[in-house]
Amino acid sequence: MNSTASSPRETTEGSVYTVTGGDWDEVVRSAAKADDERIVVNMGPQHPSTHGVLRLILEIDGETVTEARCGIGYLHTGIEKNLEYRTWTQGTTFVTRMDYLTSFYNETAYCLGVEKLLGITDDIPDRASVIRVLLMELNRLSSHLVCIATGGMELGATTIMIYGFRDREMILDLYELITGLRMNHAYIRPGGLAQDLPPGGVDAVREFVKTMKKNLPEYDKLATGNPIFKARMQDVGYLDLTGCMALGATGPILRSAGLPHDLRKSDPYCGYENYDFEVPTADTCDSYGRFLVRLEEMRQSLRIVEQCLDRLEPGPVMVGDKKIAWPAQLALGPDGLGNSLDHIKKIMGTSMEALIHHFKLVTEGFRVPAGQAYAAVESPKGELGVHVVSDGGTRPFRVHFRDPSFTNLQAMAAMCEGGQVADVIVAVASIDPVMGGVDR
Amino acid sequence: MSDETPNPEKELSEQNLPGQRGEHGEEVRVQRGMFGANNGGDTSGYGGLVRSVRLPGPAVRPYGGWFDEVADELEGALEEQGLVPGNAIEKTVVDRGELTFHIEREHLVRVARTLRDDPALRFELCTGVSGVHYPGDKGRELHAVYHLRSLTHGRLIRLEVSAPDHDPRIPSLVAVYPTNDWHERETYDFFGIVFDGHPALTRIMMPDDWQGHPQRKDYPLGGIAVEYKGAQIPAPDQRRSYS
Repeated sequence: MNSTASSPRETTEGSVYTVTGGDWDEVVRSAAKADDERIVVNMGPQHPSTHGVLRLILEIDGETVTEARCGIGYLHTGIEKNLEYRTWTQGTTFVTRMDYLTSFYNETAYCLGVEKLLGITDDIPDRASVIRVLLMELNRLSSHLVCIATGGMELGATTIMIYGFRDREMILDLYELITGLRMNHAYIRPGGLAQDLPPGGVDAVREFVKTMKKNLPEYDKLATGNPIFKARMQDVGYLDLTGCMALGATGPILRSAGLPHDLRKSDPYCGYENYDFEVPTADTCDSYGRFLVRLEEMRQSLRIVEQCLDRLEPGPVMVGDKKIAWPAQLALGPDGLGNSLDHIKKIMGTSMEALIHHFKLVTEGFRVPAGQAYAAVESPKGELGVHVVSDGGTRPFRVHFRDPSFTNLQAMAAMCEGGQVADVIVAVASIDPVMGGVDR
Repeated sequence: MSDETPNPEKELSEQNLPGQRGEHGEEVRVQRGMFGANNGGDTSGYGGLVRSVRLPGPAVRPYGGWFDEVADELEGALEEQGLVPGNAIEKTVVDRGELTFHIEREHLVRVARTLRDDPALRFELCTGVSGVHYPGDKGRELHAVYHLRSLTHGRLIRLEVSAPDHDPRIPSLVAVYPTNDWHERETYDFFGIVFDGHPALTRIMMPDDWQGHPQRKDYPLGGIAVEYKGAQIPAPDQRRSYS
């Protein structure tokens, strides 16, 4: 009966398949025949502790996970394909939505790739680079805060969740002040930034640094020495250096295995070689080590943010090349966004050429010489690489993102197999995958 | 000016001419007209302009910096294994400060293993594979691009392998770099490149029963027209485009 569950039947409209389900009695009988307690459990894709729509397929024997696999793709949005149908500048609007917790990293990596193709890497104004670093480090703080907050919540530690989101909220307020949006900013553009810092921006960041310095030790007090926290985290999600290298794991996972590899030090971009900071490591290879690494990285990020503020010099935030630079300074219009009135007055009233130039650059975009480039940044999750290919046109020929979440998530099986079901949650939380980045 | 001194402006030998970028590289497409618009009249008078767009061509020694060292070590190590480097390395491209080895697909695994294990090379970390579909590159339409990072030496190189559309097979690197497991599944899913020797080459992003490989250039983006402030805005792949 089961073998004919979907047999074709010819009708005037073509073949019709009648699909019927299996026989439950038979399933139950065969399950009873197996003498072990081996069962296969689907965790997710809608479980709150799987960080979005991650589906974990666990084969468990009692409480022990004997085999673990990931099912991904539930959040695939075709961003890489879509980029091929937009101009190079419009691309930032898409990439910022990939790993939505590390928007500024996506934007910066993409822009560094495009700038490398254009050959203007050295022409990016200092102020733009400093603001990029400033935003990226704030972003590292906000991403790690979410990781620690949700990770704590999944252990049942709701206090740390409240603390984490409280502090992240302050950072999102800064984003809103600087870019106009709390998430999905599209603020970093090929050639520089969409606009300069708003008035009062620097003071607000300074104020935040002061508050954050007060708040950061609270995580130490709450969690670092907490015996329950340690009991849940220590020796869970173990992945040593060999495993990290083989599986391509980077970021806090690699640093928790003791290797101080950080692209900001080994392959600096945006002027990171001029900042004074340390790369924290742990030697425990487990979830607890990753937690400690993230905590220390937040302290280091605060240091870098302070240095950025001291480094900010007045100047342009876009390359001087008018064939690439977005042809306007933005200003707040009645609809909440828009071009500055001065600029509109100039192109509409005084210069026909400026109007043509503006129109062509905005509708057509700029051409990028044919070739390919790879740019990588150290995102809070690891190496975020972007492979951009141009065919000399106004649109990308191909953009591929090597998202650290995607690569690191592969290590889930190695971390979880042989452990307890409850430890799967901890291990996955310590990988800190964001499905927007995994699936793109 | 005396007749003995050669006038560089009149001397038309190759070294005095401006570098023709990518003169020998593969042609990716042909640009027609002045402004890249493919519909509407090009009234500039340059509408008949035809220009081929080429990718950067092979580089000649010296490549500069540590590139020569890596190339020497790789060639030496391949020779030690009884392989003629010219057979494995199709060409070497240096462009925008990046070193690319184009590898013949049958030698890919051996080259990758050498790059990983040779103490002078030590490219321990593979950042995965990125597929690119060049429909115009006849006979080698599908490219797989690998970026290898050496943490020991702080270097980054690129390997590029190609396969024709009618035989989209490239050997899998999972045995050398296990991290490529998902990356190769993704490239298979999106481009239809079959990675021979992959332990379980199945779709990873698209549903298992999906037809076609969406990132190929012959696969349409799709989409519907939407109304915005009274005007019909066509789907993204139907809008006016400039090349």
